[in-house]
Amino acid sequence: MVDQLDTPIRGAKPVGQRPPERRRTSESLGGTLAKVVLLGLTDAFAVYVLIALFLNEKWAVLAVAALVTLLINWIYLRRGGLPAKYLAPGVLFLVVFQVFVVVYSGYVAFTNYGDGHNSTKADAISAIQLTAQKRVPDSPSYQVSVVEKNGELALLVTDPDGTVELGSVDEPLAEVDAELDAGGKAVAVDGYETLKFNDLLQRQDEILELRVPFSDDLDDGILQTSDGSTAYVFKPSLVYDEAADTFTDTETGEVYTDGGEGAFVSSNGERLATGWKINVGFENFAHAFTDPGLRGPLLGVVAWTFTFALLSVLLCFGLGLFLAVTFNHSGLRGKRIYRTIMILPYAFPAFLAGLVWSGMMNQDFGFINNTFFGGAQIPWLTDPWLARASVLLVNTWLGFPYMFLVCTGALQSLPEEVNEAARMDGASNWRIFRSIKLPLLLVSTAPLLISTFAFNFNNFNVIFMLTGGGPRFEDTSMDIGATDLLITLVYKVAFGQGTGRDYGLASALAVLIFIIVAIISTVSFRQTKALEDVNS
Amino acid sequence: MKVRTTGTSALRRRTFTLGAVSVTAALVLSACGGGDGADSESESTDLTTAGATTLTMWVDAERSPALTDITAKFKEDTGIEVKLVTKDFQQVSDDFITQVPTGKGPDLIVGPHDWVGKFVQNGVIAPIELGDKAGQFQDAAVKAMTYEGSTYGVPYSIENIGLLRNADLVAEPAATMDEVIANGKKAVADGAAEFPFLVGLDPKQGDPYHLYPFQTSMGAPVFGTDETGSYDATKLELGNPGGAEFAAKLKEWGEGGEGILNSSITPDIAKEKFSAGASPYFLTGPWNVPDAEKAGINLVVDPLPTAGDKPAQPFVGVNGFFISAKSQNTLAANEFALNYLTTEAVQDSMFEAGGRPPALTASFDKAASDPVVAAFGEIGANGVPMPAIPEMEQVWADWGSTELALIQGQGDPAESWATMVTNIQSKIAK
Repeated sequence: MVDQLDTPIRGAKPVGQRPPERRRTSESLGGTLAKVVLLGLTDAFAVYVLIALFLNEKWAVLAVAALVTLLINWIYLRRGGLPAKYLAPGVLFLVVFQVFVVVYSGYVAFTNYGDGHNSTKADAISAIQLTAQKRVPDSPSYQVSVVEKNGELALLVTDPDGTVELGSVDEPLAEVDAELDAGGKAVAVDGYETLKFNDLLQRQDEILELRVPFSDDLDDGILQTSDGSTAYVFKPSLVYDEAADTFTDTETGEVYTDGGEGAFVSSNGERLATGWKINVGFENFAHAFTDPGLRGPLLGVVAWTFTFALLSVLLCFGLGLFLAVTFNHSGLRGKRIYRTIMILPYAFPAFLAGLVWSGMMNQDFGFINNTFFGGAQIPWLTDPWLARASVLLVNTWLGFPYMFLVCTGALQSLPEEVNEAARMDGASNWRIFRSIKLPLLLVSTAPLLISTFAFNFNNFNVIFMLTGGGPRFEDTSMDIGATDLLITLVYKVAFGQGTGRDYGLASALAVLIFIIVAIISTVSFRQTKALEDVNS
Repeated sequence: MKVRTTGTSALRRRTFTLGAVSVTAALVLSACGGGDGADSESESTDLTTAGATTLTMWVDAERSPALTDITAKFKEDTGIEVKLVTKDFQQVSDDFITQVPTGKGPDLIVGPHDWVGKFVQNGVIAPIELGDKAGQFQDAAVKAMTYEGSTYGVPYSIENIGLLRNADLVAEPAATMDEVIANGKKAVADGAAEFPFLVGLDPKQGDPYHLYPFQTSMGAPVFGTDETGSYDATKLELGNPGGAEFAAKLKEWGEGGEGILNSSITPDIAKEKFSAGASPYFLTGPWNVPDAEKAGINLVVDPLPTAGDKPAQPFVGVNGFFISAKSQNTLAANEFALNYLTTEAVQDSMFEAGGRPPALTASFDKAASDPVVAAFGEIGANGVPMPAIPEMEQVWADWGSTELALIQGQGDPAESWATMVTNIQSKIAK
């Protein structure tokens, strides 16, 4: 592939080729205009993004974005390098939509990202502090006005009994004389300016940070408001010590330290629920192979995934080829109608088909049991072996039209002479098919078979919509069943069907799937090349 | 082959959307940030010009229309626009957990209270102090929104299941499940009905939620409670002696036994059959009442029948509004949640839109003029809040599949129930 791309680029460079190219550019004024407009739009958007990134101080992303913008301009403004001009958008989107995502999944595979390890350590600390603020039981609510003096905020507090007090971060509450409104709430005090609602909104962060000590004794709690009009007395149940990087329980005195596993842990192993994301190295990969709850079913799932993918390809290809050969018969009438009907399942979204089939295969109310089997209670989706068969059946139904189309096309492109020559030599129809048509057919369809295998290896829709992976294995505590593929297993791990979400482990498994599929595809494509060589 | 939307690409898409959202959000934020300083001196009450004063709230399609009036009023009063972003209900809690840490999540989100534990574990929601307003709500609602001693949401509705009875088929209410089954069988024997009893199950996962009242009536709740009345994950009570008895009942009622419970009857089929008058009983929530009423069923809501000697307590779910821990507009969000979403008008309109009994006592009393709402409310008053602790998520899968196997007539009740308890215990201990 790379060789093919390189050659024309090199070919475009020699100076000798310039004159014809110049003529071409001068000829297509419309093309130049389109180029200027499109590039202008792209650059305008890029500048907008760059400014936004600059304002948000995202330096790394800014540098990458700037480089990409420069590269795009260089590609399109320079003379020559035509292939690059064609390839640039595709490559850009490939990098953004595929490569970046694959790399990011790879990165996540080495972290403990998941429930309880959701963000950075700083976020975790502030979240713990936030949830540790407990309102002092049975304490009243206080009406407050937020007032300001020299830019410093203070709370003007009206006690339930009517006493008016003033306090700020440094000054505990002290009684003052203030102006009251009709409802008896203090709204203004000498020397201070009262903040109006829109001022409050402007300074939200400051107001939320405004922790006014209730009295000289910090144990009495801290007055805080979250809406600027009502305040409550809070007392933290955990206190963070920045220097030591520890949380201390204010009641029991228990100290929680950073245990190195992305959570604060006490000396007796108790951990605070909110943790943060850290790198864990190969732990996720090791976990996939060593956790007994996962290892047992994992082997079964891998075996079934291979079986499912292989049988799906064989069945779809077999049925598609058979029908293609049948409908390729020149004497058949109404071919077109048949062919159109054949293609219908192909036009059906797979997830929808899964749902419809799941309804039709219902044991007691399903169409199949009621109509074809006279009300027999065949457990299509709830018996492990029948469920596997059902999944294959539905997947074949979904997949054969594609193979049918491809085989029809390939068959029609086979030269008729070969056929005739064989017939002259006295070969039977079967012999012609087996020794001539099929090998020739395989040359063009083998790469498609490989990609179909790779697709079915990750065929999430059919499994998830039809059986949800069930019926469940009885010998495992994990929610894994007889029809689960690796990919549905990954989904269950990632999105917590019973085990809590674990993006790290799921990404590790996804990386493993990626490696398996990549190896199989590479090896198979090599084999196909050999096939081509033999035949040509 | 054709639609290449596999699980991985769904995963990948998710991360990409994250990236895309963050870029867009970065743009929006920076645009807002740019205008910030310029207008800070102005005395105008229209704050939208001042920037940074738009609240974003994630809602699902059903609730969104009920909130438009109050957001309009809020904008009129304060100049702050509340942008309602409609999200898919299945996805919204996961999206919230992943997006809040990036700073691109919404300011507010609507959802059931059992999300709270997970949200707190992931550090994505901030406590809301209801203050005196707490007294205006039903106790059960505020209690459900309280997690580890702090309140996290403004409740707006309470929902739980009840037993719908077709009064044309069975005239009198029954107190125990045995009576219900006897009545149902009689109706079937008389030829008046096709099914003695209906409950929507899932042929893939079972449905412990709907069957929970029977389980509690036999004395085997999921978790025990600590001295403050909140659930304690270390006290798994599924394995109480009543648990095995309940397991035996499931098998007895199941497909291999009396056929009262049938895992092939999905919620859709159950609703359809009950609305067609094919069964005297339907164990379900208020969400299925409108269809049955529309079909002309003479419908009565009965208290939940008991299977053991204890009261049949259903799970009570409380829906409410939560505030993001990383909201840039906490003050405005609190103002909106505490002083607007708690009003009677909002709670009334949320009830009209969703049919779920309101959490605000004043609104509930109004809604309770409808006997169906009143009956569900009464059942809910005896219910227990759905556990919000994150450990609950480790219970569902095993619980459901064990119950499903028993209903399908597989396994020894005592044995499989014990295995289930051990499995759940080991998962929680992890």
